[in-house]
This record gives sequence, C-alpha cells and structure tokens, in this order.
Amino acid sequence: MKKIYVREEWCLGCHLCEYYCANANLGGGNMAKALKGRPVHPRIRVEDDGKISFAVACRHCDEPLCRKGCIAGAISVADGVVCIDREKCVGCYTCILSCPYGAVLPAEDGHAVQKCELCIQTAGGSPACAEHCPNRAIVFEEGGASA
Amino acid sequence: MKHVIIGNSAAAIGCVEGIRRASRTDDIVLVAAEPHHTYSRPLISYLMAGKTDRTKIRYRPENFYRANGVQAKLGRRALGIDPAGKIVTLDGGETIAYDNVLVATGSDPLIFPAEGLDQVENVRTFTTLDDAEALLRSVTAETRVFVVGAGLIGLKCAEGLRAITEHITVCDLAPRVLSSILEDAPAAILRRHLEENGIVLKLGTSVSSFARAGAACTATLRTGETVPFDQLVYAAGVRPNTALVKDAGGDVNRGILVDTLCRTSLPDVYAAGDCTESPDACSGERKVMALLPNAYLQGETAGITMAGATAPTLPLLPMNAIGFFGLHLLCAGVYDGERTEHTDGQNYRSFYTRDNTLRGYILLGRVERAGIYTALIRGRTPLDALDFAALRDQPGLIAFAGPVRAEILRNQDNQRKREAAAP
Ligand SMILES: Cc1cc2nc3c(=O)[nH]c(=O)nc-3n(C[C@H](O)[C@H](O)[C@H](O)COP(=O)(O)OP(=O)(O)OC[C@H]3O[C@@H](n4cnc5c(N)ncnc54)[C@H](O)[C@@H]3O)c2cc1C
Repeated sequence: MKKIYVREEWCLGCHLCEYYCANANLGGGNMAKALKGRPVHPRIRVEDDGKISFAVACRHCDEPLCRKGCIAGAISVADGVVCIDREKCVGCYTCILSCPYGAVLPAEDGHAVQKCELCIQTAGGSPACAEHCPNRAIVFEEGGASA
Repeated sequence: MKHVIIGNSAAAIGCVEGIRRASRTDDIVLVAAEPHHTYSRPLISYLMAGKTDRTKIRYRPENFYRANGVQAKLGRRALGIDPAGKIVTLDGGETIAYDNVLVATGSDPLIFPAEGLDQVENVRTFTTLDDAEALLRSVTAETRVFVVGAGLIGLKCAEGLRAITEHITVCDLAPRVLSSILEDAPAAILRRHLEENGIVLKLGTSVSSFARAGAACTATLRTGETVPFDQLVYAAGVRPNTALVKDAGGDVNRGILVDTLCRTSLPDVYAAGDCTESPDACSGERKVMALLPNAYLQGETAGITMAGATAPTLPLLPMNAIGFFGLHLLCAGVYDGERTEHTDGQNYRSFYTRDNTLRGYILLGRVERAGIYTALIRGRTPLDALDFAALRDQPGLIAFAGPVRAEILRNQDNQRKREAAAP
C-alpha cells in the first residue's frame, strides 16, 4: 500500500506541507484566502531544530495501537488507511497516549482528534503534502523505496 | 474449531477480531449478560453529558456480529464452565460445547456497607449503560447528587452529571483525587480545576453514617460534616468477576491469573481484560490493570492464540488518558526512580527515570504527542542514546539519533520489533 514517506536530507524546513495539509482538510480552495490570518491545524507536522528538519504524519501501522486502544471504537482501518470517526470520538486522547510517532493530534476544537488519512476524503487520494513539497522531501509511494 | 466468548466488551471484541485475523471459518459463539449491542463502557459519562448518544456509543458498527460470523447470545449469563467436559452452561440450563473458551467478564462495582445505607433508596453504581440510563431518568437540575469515590469512575460520573445538575459532592477517603494514578502536585491542580467547575470535593474522609428524612437523605462524614443529597452513587471500587474460572478449579488471586498469551491454569480456558491479573511490564508485579486498551490487547492476543496462530505479545502498561472539563491528564508507567518535575501552576509534567530508562510520566494540560514517551517506557529505550533533556520539554522524534529516527520514520513495524525484543 502507498504511504507517505519523508526524506529528511531533502527537507528544507519550509513548512509548506503543513499549509497544504490544513488547506486540503478545509476543502482545498484558494489557500491564501482560506488560511490567511488564522492559526493552521495541519495533520502533518514539521520538526525543526534549526539544523535538521523533517515532517511527521501517521504511519498507518499494520498493528495500530491507536485503534486497538480507542475507548470509543472511533478508529478503524479501511484498505490500510487508519481513519477516525469524528462523530464517535469524544476527545479522550487515549490515541495520543498510545501513538509512538506522536502523529495523532487534537483537532482544532479540542473535542476530537485528527490525523493524516492520506487525503482519501479530501484531495482525491493524492496527499496534498507530497503533491506540493517543493523538494520532493515527502513522497507518496509503495514501501518507502526512495526514502 | 468452536470458540465460546463470555463477555461483550473490549476484551471480548478484541478476541473476536483476533480469531478472525487467524481464521475466517472457526465458529464463534458470544454470550453476554448485558442485553445491549457492544458499547463503549467509558463513554457512559459522555452519554449523560450529551456528548454521545445511544447509537454512537456502540463500540463496533451495527453489523459487527454478522460481518464477523459471530452467533451472539445477548442478555444471557454463563453460570459455569466444565473444563473436563469442555462445556459452558448458561442460565436456563442451555449448554454449549467448546474447543476454547474465553472468559472476558470484566468486573462488578462494590458497595461497602455503611450505617444507615439500607434507608437510602435508589443507591446506584456507575459502570454500565443501564446505570447511566437510570441516572439520566432520576437526576434533574434540582437533584443533589452524592458520589462516594473520587477515582476515575466517580469523577467521570460527577463530570457527566454536572451537565444536568449543579449540586454534586464527591467524597473519598484518600487525601487527593485519582489517588491511585496521581501524586500530590498534579492532583492539587486537578482538584482546583474540578472545584472551579462546580464539583464539591470532600477528601481525606469517609461516610460514617447515612440517614433519611422523607425523600431527602443525609450523609454524615467522619469529620462531623453533613452532606444532604437526593441521589447516591457508589464509585468506590470494583471487583474482578473471577467466579467462572475459580469455580472450575482455576488459579485466581484478586483477578484470574493468566500468562502473556492469556491462558489460565485450566486447559483451553483463556481470560482477558478487567477480570484478569497479569504482569505489569514496568514493575513486573501482577496487577489487575483495569483499562480498556489493555483489555482489547489481551483479548486480541487470546483470540489469535485460540485460533492456533502466533500472537504478538505486547507488554501491558498501566496508562491513562482522561479529561475533566477540558483539562487533559495523560500518564503511564510507574512512578519510581528519579523525578524531574515542571509546572507553571496550570500545566504539569513529571518524568521518572531509573537505570537509564524512562519508567513513568504524568502530563496535565499540555499533553501533545505523549505517545512518544509511552513508547520509550514500553520499549525500555536507553535514554543515553537520545536527547532526553530536549524530549522532556518537547516530545519529538528529533531527539532520536539520526539513523534511529530514519528507521522509525521509514518502517512502521520498527516499534513492534523493538517491543518484541524487549525482555
Ligand atoms: C465510567 C467508566 C469510565 C471508564 N473510563 C476509562 C477510560 O477513560 N480509559 C480506560 O482505559 N478505561 C476506562 N474504564 C475502564 C474500561 O471500561 C474497562 O477497562 C473495560 O471496559 C474492560 O473491558 P472488559 O472487556 O475486560 O470488561 P467489561 O467492560 O467489564 O465487560 C464485561 C462484560 O462481561 C459480561 N459478563 C460478566 N459476567 C458474565 C457472565 N457470567 N455471563 C455472561 N456475561 C457476563 C458483562 O455483562 C459485560 O458485558 C472506564 C470504566 C468506567 C465504568
């Protein structure tokens, strides 16, 4: 199955992936219009210490601890993609406690969580972060061959 | 192969999914005393607060039993297991033969005797959907509720009821809230937050007697103080349901004793979840770890094993994620070794390290990405191989050495391998 892989050595730390992610999850319209002047809540996050930078998003684990531990039964796996049912999620954060990658994040309103779902609902299944990464530091591919 | 599962909650559902990972064709019969479709027990307080409903509280989709080929006997109680004849007996006398049986019977709430308790009408506990529905029927904006127990269940009940009534008093013998999972400093912050949200707390004391005058009741505390109330809720502990295994001659302590594959001392009898006692991966002590993630993981392990396949055995940790009125608490592991602590009065973080490993942590308020810490505990990751000082302030994968990080980011199974390798 295709997943997002990051190539740390190519990451410029520009954070564009975060903006494209947030925008895709807001419906994918004009980015400047949609995001201007508001805090963004992307599902991919760039870690950056000034020297090293790389993006982190859900790994869609084969043995997802977030799903196994979800107290609401709100996390399921569909065709390998780990998804959250926002309607069922009560925002207890057990998944945040469980995810070894720190890839599940509180949603903007704090009442639920959110994470990368590979843009299956939003950008037509072609993840916006990888699509728009200017340096191909994020790729969407089988098995992370080039990562 | 025919598997009988007794129970219908996290451990039982984990078992169904575990069996189905290994076999599409084995027969599964599930027997549960509660008549409901599988539901998320921890969500009953959210139901009272209107944050979930009777449909969304389902732990699995409506078609779960059919989709997984499960013959569900809901509203039926298992009365006994005959391990020699390999038969489960149900209420009404029906018997079911099995090749393997899973006991996932959870726990029942305790009501401690107290003077005058027999005069109090409608004493409730708070562990089932029926309990929550009963409280929803009886509690109105005028009802004064008295909750005995300031542990997770008592406080969650108080929070849920706060959406209905302003008059809630919680009493606990321990001097702090959530005494089994919190130390004094974070408990004090949480206590203040609960009080600011209108919960009255009487800590470090207990009920000496109850009395009734008309419809209203009064609890007299050991301090001499009196608390008038209309509705009493007991949330002062639970007892694992071990009888089925005990009566069949299996080894039982406080919980049913199981090994890492959830086998009991009886052949082909497995047990998982809140009814069991198993080694805590941190302390090595046998404990009843009454937490939903552990119940699911144990059930899944049991299911895979029952179906004849090899299950990954994840170390089980005590770990909690709970929020009250928007304040989140995440904690895991054991609180021993050297403590480093930081608080600004609102947010609190403490870490416990020993022998170059992280043993436990408590985060209150700012909790993002805490799972990175949990993974360090679970994997017994040597702390000198990473920048732990930076990690403590800001959880991130950047604290790992480059090659380790590359491996983590590339291969999602890395964590599992590290876990499997842990002693
Ligand atoms: C209010 C509340 C809040 C909670 N919050 C959290 C939380 O935030 N996080 C967390 O991790 N955990 C929480 N828990 C704990 C969590 O609910 C349990 O750890 C989990 O439900 C355990 O699952 P289980 O399958 O082992 O047992 P249970 O959920 O107890 O289910 C046992 C089942 O077995 C059935 N049964 C029992 N005896 C028989 C019999 N003889 N025959 C047939 N059926 C039988 C029962 O009817 C029941 O359906 C909470 C619990 C409560 C009550």
